[in-house]
Amino acid sequence: MSKQIRNIGVFLVVCYAALFFQVNRLTVFQADELKDNPANNREVERDFSSPRGSIITADGTVVARSVPSNDRFKLQREYPTGELFAHVTGYFAFELGATGLERSYNDELAGRTIDFDLQELRDLFVDRERVGDLTLTMRNDVQTVARQELGQREGSVVAVDPRNGEILALWSFPSYDPNALATHDFNAAEQASNLLNADPEKPILARSYQDNFFPGSTFKIVTAAAGVERGGVTEDQPDYPARQAYQPVGAGGRPVGRPIGNFGGATCGGTLFPIMQASCNSAFAEMGAEDAGADAMTDTAQAFGFNQDVPIDLPRPAGSAFPAASEFENDSPKLAQASIGQNDVRATPLQMALVAAAVANGGEVMTPHVVREVRDDQGEVVDRIPDDDVWTRAMDSGTADLLRQGMIAVVQDGTASRLDNGLEGFEVGGKTGTAQIGSSDSSHAWIIGFAGPPGEAPSVAVAVIVEAQPGVSEQTGGRVAAPIAAAVMRQALQQPAAPSVQESGDSDSGGEQ
Amino acid sequence: MIGNVRRNTELGLLVLGTMFVVGAYVLTTLPDDSPIPNTTGPFLAIIVGLPLLAHLAVRRLAPQADGMLLPLASLLNGLGYVFIVRIDEARASPDGLAGLQSIWMILGVGAFIATLMIVRDVRMLERYRYTAGFVGIVLLLLPLVPVLGRTINGSKIWVSIGPVNFQPGEFAKLALAVFFAGYLWEKRELLAINRAYGPFSLPDPKHLGPVLLAWGASLVVMVSERDLGSSLLFFTLFLVLIWVATERASYLAVGVALFAGGAVFAFNAFGHVQERVDVWFDPWGKDQGFQVVQAAFAMADGGVSGTGLALGSPTKIPVVESDMIFAAIGEELGLLGATAVLIAYLLMIGAGLRIAQQAARGFERLLAVGLTTLLGFQAFIIMAGVTRLLPLTGVTLPFISYGGSSLLANYVLLALLLRISNDSAERQSEALAAQSMTEVGA
Repeated sequence: MSKQIRNIGVFLVVCYAALFFQVNRLTVFQADELKDNPANNREVERDFSSPRGSIITADGTVVARSVPSNDRFKLQREYPTGELFAHVTGYFAFELGATGLERSYNDELAGRTIDFDLQELRDLFVDRERVGDLTLTMRNDVQTVARQELGQREGSVVAVDPRNGEILALWSFPSYDPNALATHDFNAAEQASNLLNADPEKPILARSYQDNFFPGSTFKIVTAAAGVERGGVTEDQPDYPARQAYQPVGAGGRPVGRPIGNFGGATCGGTLFPIMQASCNSAFAEMGAEDAGADAMTDTAQAFGFNQDVPIDLPRPAGSAFPAASEFENDSPKLAQASIGQNDVRATPLQMALVAAAVANGGEVMTPHVVREVRDDQGEVVDRIPDDDVWTRAMDSGTADLLRQGMIAVVQDGTASRLDNGLEGFEVGGKTGTAQIGSSDSSHAWIIGFAGPPGEAPSVAVAVIVEAQPGVSEQTGGRVAAPIAAAVMRQALQQPAAPSVQESGDSDSGGEQ
Repeated sequence: MIGNVRRNTELGLLVLGTMFVVGAYVLTTLPDDSPIPNTTGPFLAIIVGLPLLAHLAVRRLAPQADGMLLPLASLLNGLGYVFIVRIDEARASPDGLAGLQSIWMILGVGAFIATLMIVRDVRMLERYRYTAGFVGIVLLLLPLVPVLGRTINGSKIWVSIGPVNFQPGEFAKLALAVFFAGYLWEKRELLAINRAYGPFSLPDPKHLGPVLLAWGASLVVMVSERDLGSSLLFFTLFLVLIWVATERASYLAVGVALFAGGAVFAFNAFGHVQERVDVWFDPWGKDQGFQVVQAAFAMADGGVSGTGLALGSPTKIPVVESDMIFAAIGEELGLLGATAVLIAYLLMIGAGLRIAQQAARGFERLLAVGLTTLLGFQAFIIMAGVTRLLPLTGVTLPFISYGGSSLLANYVLLALLLRISNDSAERQSEALAAQSMTEVGA
C-alpha cells in the first residue's frame, strides 16, 4: 500500500512538472509568438488608451499627437499635417496596427524604454506623465516645398544633411491621410484602408524609401568612384573616344551583345569631367566594363550601400540592388548596362540621395535618420540619436573630392545646369539621370545633387525622381527633376526657424493645412 | 509535544502567508486611489481573522494534526480572493463577486470548523460508507431533476433552491471518496483475487459488479451533465483507490483500457466532446477556443515576472474569476507566481500523501489518498486545461477560484485530512507513551 501511495505521489509530481513546462512555454518561450499573433490586440489596446508622446519637426510643427476623446479609449491620435508627413509618422490604428515612426518608436512614444525606467526612479515622487516626444530632424518648411514642387506627379524627394545623416525632407506622391485610418470609427477606418490598398498607385507605400527604381545615369557617380579607385581613372586619364555607342567585348576582344548608345544618338567622349557633364553612356559603359571590372563595380556599389540593409529608423525600408560580380562572368554587356544604372540595378530615392551625400561628405555615408531626440513631457532629453554614426565608407576622401568637382562642373556647364536656380553664391553639384523603362519612350527623370557655402562641406544633399508617366516621353532629369531639387535645396539652406517650445496638446501649433 | 510544534509551525506559516496576501491586496487596490478604500476594514478582518479562527479551531479540535495544510490552503484562498477583488473591480459593472466570495470564505471556514467538531473520529465515516455512497449518487443526480437543475455555461451541474445556486457535484465527490474508501477497504481481499486469462490475470468479475456500477453511473451522469472535468476526476479517484486498496496493477491496466475505450466512445458519440478535442488541438480563430487563446495571450503578456498586480487585463478572458483564474495569476504574477501556485499545490499533495502513509488503519489511508487525489488532480486538470496541456474542462481551481460550493467542499476536505492526521498522531504518541511506560516499568 505504501508503494502505491508513493507512486501516486510520483505520478502527480510528473503531472505538475508537465504543467510547469507548459507554463514556461506560454510565458517565456512562445511569448513573442503569442504577442505577435494577429488575434492578440492586448498590446494595441493597452497602448491605445495610454498617453502617447507627440512627433514634432525640427522647426516646431506638431505632426502627430494624442488629443482627448469621449469614447472608451479616452485618447485619439491625430495628424495635424495630414498627408504631408504620413510616410514618416505612419498611423496608429486599433485594428490596422501601427506603421512608420508610430511603429519603430512605439516604446519611446509610450514612455516604455529603459531610459524612462531610470528617470522614473529618479523622479519617484514627481507626478509626471510617462511619455516621450519625438523631435524630428525633418523640417516642415523643406517638406512643404518638396510637396509643392513635385505637385501631382508620381515621384519622390529626399533631402539629407550629408554631414550627419539627418533627413530634412522625405516626400513621395501620392500620399494619404493617416487620420482616416487612425479614427476610432473602425468601420470607416477599414473602408479607408480597403480603398487605399485597392489604389493601383499605392499611396500607403513610401516610394522614397520603401520602393526602388532604375537609377539610370545618376548611378554613373558610383561607376566613376569604382573607375577612380580601382580602374586607374583620373581627371585626365583615360580620354574616352568620341562616339555614338559603346560595343561590349567578350573574351578575345570579340564584340558581344548590342552596342550601348548615347542619349538621343549623340556623339560624346573625353576625360572624366566632360563625360560627366555630357552624361556620356558610351564612356561610362566602357569605364565600368573594362577599366573598373565586375569585382570593383560590385564592391563599390556595396560600399555605397547597395545590397545592404538600410539602417534608417523607419520600419521596412527597401534595399537597393546591384548584381553580384559572378553574374557578370561571360556577360560583359550586362556589366556595361549596369554601369549606366540599367539592367538589374535598382535604387531607392533615399539611396541615391546618400550617393550624393557620400560625395559631399568626403566619401562617408552617415547613418540616415529622421528622429533627432526623444524628450520627456518636461522637455528634457531622454535619448539622442547619434549624428556621428558612419553607415558605410563609399570611397576615399580623395576620390570624393574629385567627384565633387566633377559634379560641380556638371551644374556649371552640363546636363544639371538648372540645379543652381536661385542658389547663387552656393557651391552646387549634381548629376542627372534619365532612366528608360524597357523599350518604351517613357522614362524616370532623376537628379541627385548637393549644395553648400563655397569652401565648406555641403550641408544638403538631395535626390529627386519624377517617375515615368504613360504618354509623357523624353522627360529628362535635367529639365524636369532639377528645378524641384533646386527649390528644395534653396529652402534647406535657409536657416531653419528656431523651434518654438510647444505643448503637445496645444491646438494652435503651426503647420496645419 | 508534537502537537505543540505543529501548531506553532502552522501559526508561523499562517502569519507569513497572511502578510503576503495583505501585501498583494494593498498593491492591488492602492495605486488607483490614494484614499483607503472602505472595503479595507472588512477585507483585513476576513484575510487575517479567518485563518486565525481556523487555526484556533485546529488547536482545540485537532491539536496534533499536520501544520502545513491549513497555511497553504489559506494562502491560496487569500491569493484567489485578492484576484477576485481585482477582477471584479476591473469590470465595467462589478457583480459584487468579491463580497459574495468573502461570504463563501466565512462559510467555508465555518464548514471546516463544523467538520472538525462533528467528525471526532474518522471511523464514524467508515460506518456510514453506504449512506455516503447513496448521498453521493443522489447529489450527482440532483442537477438532472427537472425543477431543480440549471444549466450554466453549457454544463448541467447546478441546482437552484430558492435564491441559492450550488454545484452538488462538489460535495458528491467527497461522499463518493468516503464510499469508495470504505467499500474498497472492506472488499479488498476479494477484489485482490485475480483470475488468469491466458497470459493476463484479471480480477474476478463478480466482485467488480458494485464498483463498476457506481463508476459507470457516475460516468454516465457526468457525460449527460456535460461535465467532462469532473468525469475525469471521478474516474481517476476510483482507479487510484482500487489500485491502492488491492495493490493489483492489473486494475490500472483494466482502468486505463476502460478509459481509452470510453474516451473513443465519447469522442464519436458526443458532439461536444469532439468539439473540445478539436479546439484543444487548434483553438486559433475558433469561437470555442476564445477562452484558451485569451488565456495564452494573458500568460504571454505576463512573462517571467508578470505585469504586476492590477496592471494586466485579465478581464479579457471569459469566466476568469472561476475556471480561468490561473491565467490571471500567470498574467499578473508571471512564471514566478504561477510556479509558486504549482509548488503550493505540490506541497499540499505531499502533506496529504504523508498523512496517508502515516495513517494506521486502511480506511483512513484510503480516504486520505482519495482526498489528496481529489485536491491535487482537480487543480491539475483545470490548470492543464487553461494552459492547453489537456482539453479545457470546466472544474474550479481548489481554494483559488470563485465559487461557494467548491470552497465549502474543499474546506471540508481539508478538515477531513487534518482529522485523519490528528488521529494517527494521537495514536502514535499514545503508543510512544505506552512504550516509555513499559520501559520505565522494566
